[in-house]
Amino acid sequence: MRFAMPLVVVVALLGLLLVGLFLNPREVPSPFIGKAAPAFSIPRLEDPARTLSRDDLTGQVTLLNVWATWCVGCRQEHPLLVEIARSGEVPIVGLNYKDQANDARAWLDRLGNPYVTNGFDPDGRVGLDYGVYGLPETFVIDRDGVIVHKHIGAVTPDAWENEIRPLIAKLRTEGR
Amino acid sequence: MSNPRGAIRALVVAAALVAANLVGVAEATPFDPKAFSSPEHEARYRTLIEELRCLVCQNQNIADSDAELASDLRREVHRMIEEGATNDDVVDFMVVRYGDFVRYRPPLRASTIALWVGPFVLAAIGIVLLFTQLRRRRQATAEAPLDARERARLAALLDGDREERPSA
Repeated sequence: MRFAMPLVVVVALLGLLLVGLFLNPREVPSPFIGKAAPAFSIPRLEDPARTLSRDDLTGQVTLLNVWATWCVGCRQEHPLLVEIARSGEVPIVGLNYKDQANDARAWLDRLGNPYVTNGFDPDGRVGLDYGVYGLPETFVIDRDGVIVHKHIGAVTPDAWENEIRPLIAKLRTEGR
Repeated sequence: MSNPRGAIRALVVAAALVAANLVGVAEATPFDPKAFSSPEHEARYRTLIEELRCLVCQNQNIADSDAELASDLRREVHRMIEEGATNDDVVDFMVVRYGDFVRYRPPLRASTIALWVGPFVLAAIGIVLLFTQLRRRRQATAEAPLDARERARLAALLDGDREERPSA
């Protein structure tokens, strides 16, 4: 009986620590969820004479994938992005972040290009406006240009099947 | 290294490595501005970068962090201050993009109330527990009064003790 109280406290503390073990501290809740995607206007990677703007992200559910050739996670998720693009399930717009245009184009030639188009953001200005802090990051943007979800880190098959894909389906049934 | 040619070659390679390294370092120079239009701007810059968290390293502020993002954010803080932004403008700019997490001094909100009040609540619980424990212990160790039988026995023991003691 003497030890009942301390035991309860210790068990409660252990429970908290155990939960903490399975949290990802890198996943900072994005302040953008439910807000309109910030406006921007930057050259396209494929053709710097043409601009890419926020309007290119609206009209239908779109993924905005922030990537760079120096980013390991981007290399990991790339085959899955190519597969998603091939399935035609959702258009993926790329934001090439703090990269060299030639490197980026060579990467797409070599590994396949899952993007309908790419914005070129060499100094990370657009990335800053979107609160990007670690690549890769993938935003789910609805028909009206509202950011619905942000996936931090590589898109894994698990994240795609259980997180992003159901969300896209839900948005479509809701007409967003 | 006994032959001089090998030694020279090694030196050249070493020099090349050092040079290459210097170039690499120069490319990634973290942003550290020296140009401020007034000492007041510089002071505000120093304060702000101490209070903003680097999201890459998370346990460092953007003043201490060598991460590229921290460098970018320092550049933004510098630019905004030089353009006449107030401290609140700068913090708002960061919070809009990175959320309250970017602030080392979080605002008092419903979602952060536990953060602000929690330590005081825990301290209060601790103090209450401490005092109840102390009181209980004092009561436990307080002398219990002896009843009549015990008093008689004690007296008998003390008397017997006196009688058995060898006389001086």
